[in-house]
Amino acid sequence: MDLQFTKEEEDFRDEVKAFLRDNLPKDIQRKVRNNTPLDKADYENWHAIMQSRNWLGMTWPVEHGGPGWNNYQRHIVGEETALAYAPRLVAFGVAMLGPVLLKFGTEEQKADILPGILDGIDWWCQGYSEPGAGSDLASLKTRAVRDGDDYIINGQKTWTTLGQYANKIFCLVRTDAAAKAQEGISFILVDLDTPGIEMRPIKLIEGGHEVNEVFFTDVRVPVSNLVGKENEGWTIAKYLLTHERTNIAGTGFAIRDLAALKALAAKTIRNGKPLIEDPLFAKEIAETEIDLEAIRITNLRVLSESETGAASGYESSMLKIKGTVIVQRLNSLTRQALGAAAAPFPAEKLPANALTVPEDAAAAAAAYFNNRKLSIFGGSNEIQRNIIAKDLFRG
Amino acid sequence: MDFNLSEDRRMLSDTLRRYLTEQYDIETRNKAAYEAPFYVPEKYIEMADLGVIGAFVTEDQGGFGGQGFDITTVFEELGRAICPEPMLASLMSVRLLADLGQDAMVEDIIGGSKRPALAVFEPEAGERLADITASFANGKLTGRKSVVYGAPNADVILVAARADGKIGLYLTETAETIDYAMIDGGGAAEVILDNTAAVCLAEDSEAALEAAFDAGRLALCAEAVGAMDVLLAMTVDFMKQRQQFGRPIAVFQALQHRVVDMAIEIEQCRSITVLAASHLASDQRAKYVAMAKNLIGRTSVKLSEEVIQLHGGIGMTWEYPGAHYAKRLTMIDHQLGDALIQLHKVMHAA
Repeated sequence: MDLQFTKEEEDFRDEVKAFLRDNLPKDIQRKVRNNTPLDKADYENWHAIMQSRNWLGMTWPVEHGGPGWNNYQRHIVGEETALAYAPRLVAFGVAMLGPVLLKFGTEEQKADILPGILDGIDWWCQGYSEPGAGSDLASLKTRAVRDGDDYIINGQKTWTTLGQYANKIFCLVRTDAAAKAQEGISFILVDLDTPGIEMRPIKLIEGGHEVNEVFFTDVRVPVSNLVGKENEGWTIAKYLLTHERTNIAGTGFAIRDLAALKALAAKTIRNGKPLIEDPLFAKEIAETEIDLEAIRITNLRVLSESETGAASGYESSMLKIKGTVIVQRLNSLTRQALGAAAAPFPAEKLPANALTVPEDAAAAAAAYFNNRKLSIFGGSNEIQRNIIAKDLFRG
Repeated sequence: MDFNLSEDRRMLSDTLRRYLTEQYDIETRNKAAYEAPFYVPEKYIEMADLGVIGAFVTEDQGGFGGQGFDITTVFEELGRAICPEPMLASLMSVRLLADLGQDAMVEDIIGGSKRPALAVFEPEAGERLADITASFANGKLTGRKSVVYGAPNADVILVAARADGKIGLYLTETAETIDYAMIDGGGAAEVILDNTAAVCLAEDSEAALEAAFDAGRLALCAEAVGAMDVLLAMTVDFMKQRQQFGRPIAVFQALQHRVVDMAIEIEQCRSITVLAASHLASDQRAKYVAMAKNLIGRTSVKLSEEVIQLHGGIGMTWEYPGAHYAKRLTMIDHQLGDALIQLHKVMHAA
């Protein structure tokens, strides 16, 4: 047993830290720290900065413009970018469509599409969920009907994250209505400027706009936009569920938020003394820290078992459940630490003299409500439990 | 033993429920809750006419209630509608003024023609009266009060401030406020006191303030019980409607058990609130109110999280009424001392 990173890995960590220190724009970092929503330019700017070192295509091989990292390197980058308050990469092109094309795409598709993801020309979004198909994704109803060299798509997608900034969408659509649910689904690429597409914003619980509904009415898409074979889209969807789960536990975010919580609790006076000296509150922090140390090692154990960063359904489900619960508990404790001062809303629009708490804590309640999504999206924690149960109770 | 509401309280409860159902559908509520002045002044006066504020003080004081169960009757209904009208501020203020014998102002407040806010807590002082630093001297107030509920558009602000080592109560009509919405709706403000003219209502008001806050805490408990009842019913309805895997998600036992646990906890909350209400005038008031506010705080936060999770993405949307109930229930724990502060009080109570 050896729990240490190698000398090379530690050197790599230093290199990443130095890069972030020198290149992460202060205004973007401040927005991330303060839980202020990023605008389109912020994301594009950050992607371009990562790409300036060929670091954007985290999981991509060198011949396609990626850094060719192993999974420890990806883990280190995930952790360090979170700790530095860098934005999350917009996953849909870089971490989802890219790997799908590398595995299932034609040479032509790879040549046409991959460069646009890295150079920021294309912003991809995801058309998976539908109003009636959430946890039960395979029941999706959006139809793609073959008509000559085209498909004609009709239906509705929802929860399309940052779709308002995207120019392209990849969708799961039903191409065989007669087949069993999973067997009639295809994976298809669509230009968002195709006639018949309408995108509408969904306002979230804390007032933010990060997800959308997308309506398709007789949208004509060339057959060449199909990825993989017709009716094999479910295989691709499942591949994405287990591919590159290196940072699914979000330990970098948790380590960062734990440190910020401790700093806040040290500054906050409650019952006449710093909140962190209140044994009841300190217990909550300490328990969360214990859970975090354990998931950190669980995460590394999973990493070391898999050279590729792929994990079994069981392992990635476990990391997702535990990781999201820990981040959410930290969000909850940060909200609690503010006491009455958690209420003013919306924090980023209030005059500075309205706030009585540190700038980076002012939106803590909004962040807490927003991050309830962590245990819902990407396969709810209930669905993750089903995956584990299926494995545990296998006959 | 009788756990039924008296005839008068039942009538008030029915009247108020009918009024709020008619007047406060969720769109009206959300618009009022997030746009200045963060309530609807005409509705506030209509509710005063229905007797809502009169229910907060006794007949001797010019009202027709004033007992713990009068407060819980009103606030349970307000909670069912997550009504943003600043009744918490009115409740605490009018009881305080009645205690101090300010009969004329009490009458105006009961009638709705004057609306008060109560400014006590400070940015650095947290939830304890002992930590108050705002001061009064020569007819002027100095200091800053934070997250003062109902302060936007209030006619008078009652300010707790120090003079000669005692915490007194002072009245100002000219304080500068920085108004904002709260994340769960309704208005609050920072109150800036910079040589602000004020009159002294009481030189030593600590005991009266503690009593007024306990009445406020009891009100928040009842409000939470009302909101939790509605939110649970909404969740059960949703789960019966929502189809996944070819059946309503309500049939999944793993989910059913979570809802059952919530239903049991809500009944526990109702019971502890009844207990606290029965002690509002007893010497055990502080302890039982702290117990109630602790259990309510623990339950309402947990319930909000569970309800959002059980709804999935829908529960994350502004459009879904349940999301606003979840926010209100979570933020109730932040008002007048959270579960942790109440737990300390219970641990140290005799």
